[in-house]
Parts: sequence; C-alpha cells; structure tokens
Amino acid sequence: MKLSRNTLFFFIGSAIFYALVKIMQFNGILTPYWQLVLDQALIIVIGALGLSIIYGFTGQFSLGHAAFYGIGAYTAGALDKVYGNGNMLFFFLSLLIGALVAGLVAFLIGLPILRLRSDYLGIATLGFGIIVRVGMENGNKLFPVLGGATGMSGTPQLAQFDLIFILALIIILLVRNFIFSTYGRACISIREDEIAADVMGIDTTRYKILAFVLGCALAGLAGGIYAHRYPFLHPASFDFLKSFDFLLIVVLGGLGSMTGTIITAIGWVFLLEVLRVVLGQDFIDWRGVIYALILVVSIIVRPQGLFSGKEFRLLVPEQLKMATGKERTYAGFGN
Amino acid sequence: MEHFLEQVLNGFQLGLMYALIALGYTMVYGVVQLINFAHGDVFMVGAFLGYFGFAVWGLPLPLAILLAMASCALLGVVIERIAYRPLRYAPKIAALISAIGVSLFLEYFSSLKFVFGPNYRVVPRPFPEIQWKIAGLTVTNIQVIVFVVVLIMLILLQILIYRTKTGMAMRTVAVDHNAARLMGVNVDTTISITFAIGSAFAALGGVLYAIAYPQIHPFMGIMPGLKAFTAAVLGGIGIIPGAVLGALIMGQVETLTSAYISSQMRDAIAFAILILVLLFRPTGLLGRTETEKV
Repeated sequence: MKLSRNTLFFFIGSAIFYALVKIMQFNGILTPYWQLVLDQALIIVIGALGLSIIYGFTGQFSLGHAAFYGIGAYTAGALDKVYGNGNMLFFFLSLLIGALVAGLVAFLIGLPILRLRSDYLGIATLGFGIIVRVGMENGNKLFPVLGGATGMSGTPQLAQFDLIFILALIIILLVRNFIFSTYGRACISIREDEIAADVMGIDTTRYKILAFVLGCALAGLAGGIYAHRYPFLHPASFDFLKSFDFLLIVVLGGLGSMTGTIITAIGWVFLLEVLRVVLGQDFIDWRGVIYALILVVSIIVRPQGLFSGKEFRLLVPEQLKMATGKERTYAGFGN
Repeated sequence: MEHFLEQVLNGFQLGLMYALIALGYTMVYGVVQLINFAHGDVFMVGAFLGYFGFAVWGLPLPLAILLAMASCALLGVVIERIAYRPLRYAPKIAALISAIGVSLFLEYFSSLKFVFGPNYRVVPRPFPEIQWKIAGLTVTNIQVIVFVVVLIMLILLQILIYRTKTGMAMRTVAVDHNAARLMGVNVDTTISITFAIGSAFAALGGVLYAIAYPQIHPFMGIMPGLKAFTAAVLGGIGIIPGAVLGALIMGQVETLTSAYISSQMRDAIAFAILILVLLFRPTGLLGRTETEKV
C-alpha cells in the first residue's frame, strides 16, 4: 500500500502528538486529572465526528446524539460488567457491540424520521432522546444490572490513553475516507440541496440513513469507551444537554469541517476545565451561562463556524488537492 | 368512574395551562417559522416573577400577574431583538440554535444565587383552596379560576387577531413578509408584538402553574415547554384553535398515563406522540397539507 504524502504527514503529526503527551507524562506535567481531561476530549472527538457526519456533512439536524452515546455506553458497560472480568478481547467486543447496537437503533428510528426536514427532524430526535432517557431511568426493571435512575457502576476500567488515542486516530481516518469517497460526496450533495441531489439520481433516503447510522454508531463507540474510562454512568449524563454539547462543537467548529470538529472538541473540553481551575467554585454556577453565551454569540457573529468547509491538508487525501487546482474548500459550502 | 372523571378534570386543568404556552409557540411559528425554544423558559421566568410578586413583595395577586406578564412581554421582545432578528433570513437551523442558546442562558442565569437561585421553592397559596363536591366529583376553586382566566384570554386573543388592525398585520406577516411590507405593514414591529403577546401568555401560564402545582425551580420550564410545543404541532403549528385542541389532548394523555399506566412513562408517551404525529400527519390535526415546490 502506498501512502499519500498527506496521510504520511498525518501519521507523523499523530506520532509527534503522542510523543509530546508521553514526555509530559514522564515529567509529571500531565497529572492524572489532566490525563482524564485529555481522554475525555478524545472520546468527545469520536462522538462529535459522528454528529459532524450527520449534521455537518449530510445536513440532517439531530438533537438526540447523546442518546446514542448513552446507548453505546450502557450496552458496552453492562456487557463488560457482567461477562468481561477484565479480558481485553471481550473489552473490544463490548465496544463493537455497543457501537452496533447504537447503529441498529439509529437505523430503526432513522428509517421513519429521516423523512422529516430541518427543525422538525431536530425536534423528533430531541423527543427520541427524552424517550431513551426515560428508558435508561427505568431500565433496571427489566435488567437490574443497568441501575436505573441511581446510575450504574462496576464496569472494568480498561480504556487507557494509548488505546483511546489509537481508536481516535482510526476513527479520524475512517471518517476522512468516508467524507472523500463517493458516499461522502453524495451526503454533501444532500446537504447542499436534497431535491437537486434526488434529481441527479442520488438515492437520498439511502445516503441519509447511511450517514445517520454511521454517525450514531460512532457516538455509540465513544459511549462504550466512556463507560470504560469513567466508573459511573448516570442517565443525566446522556440527556439533551449533552446533545447540545455535541451540537455546539460541530456548529462552532464549522459545518462540513473535520478539522473544525476535532479542534473544537478538544478545545471545548479543555476550555471548560481551565475555566473550572481559574474560576474555582464560582465556575459551577457560571458554567451554563458562559456556555449559553458562547453558543448564541458565535451563531450570530459567525453562523458558519470557525473552519466551515476548510480542512487542514493533513486531513485531505492527496488526489483531491491535485484535481481541483485553485479550489481551497473541500467539503464545505460551495463558495 | 369518579376517579376517572376526576383525572379527566385534572387533565383539563393541565391542558389549559399547556394551551397558554402552546399559543406562544404557534403564534411565533406563524410569523417567523421559528421554534422558539426559549419559550418554556419565559414561562419559568413568569412563574418566578409571579411568585415574587404575591409571595415575597406582597402585591395583590392580579397586580403580580400583570407585572409578570408585562415583564415577560418585554423579555420576549428583547430576546427576539437580540437573538433572533439578526438570523431572521439565515438558514432555519441557525435561529433554532440561537433559540437553544437563549433557553440555556435563561435557565442557568436564573439559577445564579443573586437571581432566582438554584433551589426548588415552595409557592404559598395566594388564596385558600376550596373544594366543592358536585355529583360526587371534587372541583377546586383553582380549577375554576384557571378555566375562567384561560377562557377570557382565548376570547381576547381571538378578538385581537380577527378584529383589530394589529391582528390583521400579524396574519399578513404570517403569509409573506415581503408582501406584508409592500402593503405597508411594519414587519419588525408586528413580529415584536407577536413575541410580546406570546410571552405574556406564557407568563400567565407560569403564574397559574405555580399556583396549581406549588413548586418552582429554574429548570421547570423545559418539560412544559416541550409538551406545549408538542401540543402546538399536534394541533397544527401556526393555527391558534389547533394549539388549544392539541394542548387539551396532551393534558389528558399526560394525566391519564400517570394515573393508569405509570407516572414515569408520561414523558416517554408524550414524545412518542410527537414523533408519531410528525411522521403521519406533520401538518397536525387541523392543518392542511402543502406540497413542496422546487
């Protein structure tokens, strides 16, 4: 296999990042607390890339992303808690099943509701998210292991930085290849104009469902990792406020930009933690206010987000750059 | 049987309050095609202001209600001016995200200690509750008051919309902004008035809600807001009688679910209805289907 130059740079960049983190670990700059924050940021990157596919690239507005994140977390967490016993192989299996279950649920719910457009789709997914939350709170009546409204603990904590980092890299490459494939182009055309895409012979229903299932499966995978990194799962961690988190990252980063999603996801998680350190106890009170203001101000001042339609060259396969000449936007709004 | 009828009565009371909120959603959607996500939080602010009015500052109840309605009307206008007007002709989703932001802002800002505070507050009854037994059925004076007040407000709204110039302007703006402008309607003012009326209705709903279910907190607006929105969609969004009809149905569904199935299931069932309505009759019970033109 011949790697393109950009892909090579991508791997070099990742290796440098990894080395820096390792050095900081040895020096003790990266305390276990900040290590946890970094791991959380990488988990959020995976989940947010899922929403980026659904909303950023395919234009399907979803306010229920955290529900799939939660489905993945509970599925993988409960499976590993009951059958795992710290076996690494089973750990990967449980992650896979968590992602598959999230994808399957997304398929079943997406088949009917993806017919809806823009804000109605958002409200329907929001409603679905609330139904899932009620399900999580009452899940212990069917399966006592889920813990219901008091939360679930006891999942083996097998996910460590190295592993999360490698998984995040794989997912970034996977999403990159999806976006720059025929499938990705079909999805982007649906975002730009669904009727025109339909007229051009694109099976819009199929691609919308494909994007939705893939995105939600990524959320499920992120949830599964989360369950193995944080010992306590609670339904409140997966309600629609969490969905707004993902939405904010994708919108702020810029629709149709993986670069934007990745940078914003990491930046956002760290920003919240830095604010926590700087503001101390007051932060807990002000957190939501700051959060809301950032959301409103950024959508009014820069509705297209930070990196809309632009990608770092590391994240672009080689041949596209050659083919389009002066073109500098790759998958964003066509201007 | 009597138990059932009493539940129906309770559902009716709840439905009437949802109707007050749903009207704001439906009117705003009518003129700017925006799901005003912050509407449920305006309802919360109304409930708090009413509570402060009659329980803390010792105002007479009608004055407290008027104060809450006027303040929320102003709040609604300010929200529209700051957060929605710059995005009026942007893609729909941009305004919806802005609305979500405003909603979160109102919730968290109200939770700050120097505003309303994060805790639950128990609302003292501004008047003693009286129960009447009518044919074996218990009716409270609160239910009667809610019914009368909502009925009066609905009649006033109907008069406003169909018998005044402002109402005519609102109906014109709902059809087409540019055509309305050409006919000499001040679109911005009309939209502001719509937000003011909708928010005042929500505030009234909030105060009545606080009196009937005497516990308030900064996040109390989320669920009633979403359910009232469901009601507006169920009745056909943009249609005023539809909002009332939808709200009454939602009130019954919620109360009967709590009484006969499980109180934990009521949110799930309410939103299952929302999804089913959106799927099978997206224009609502009273709406007409429109074909999409390219």
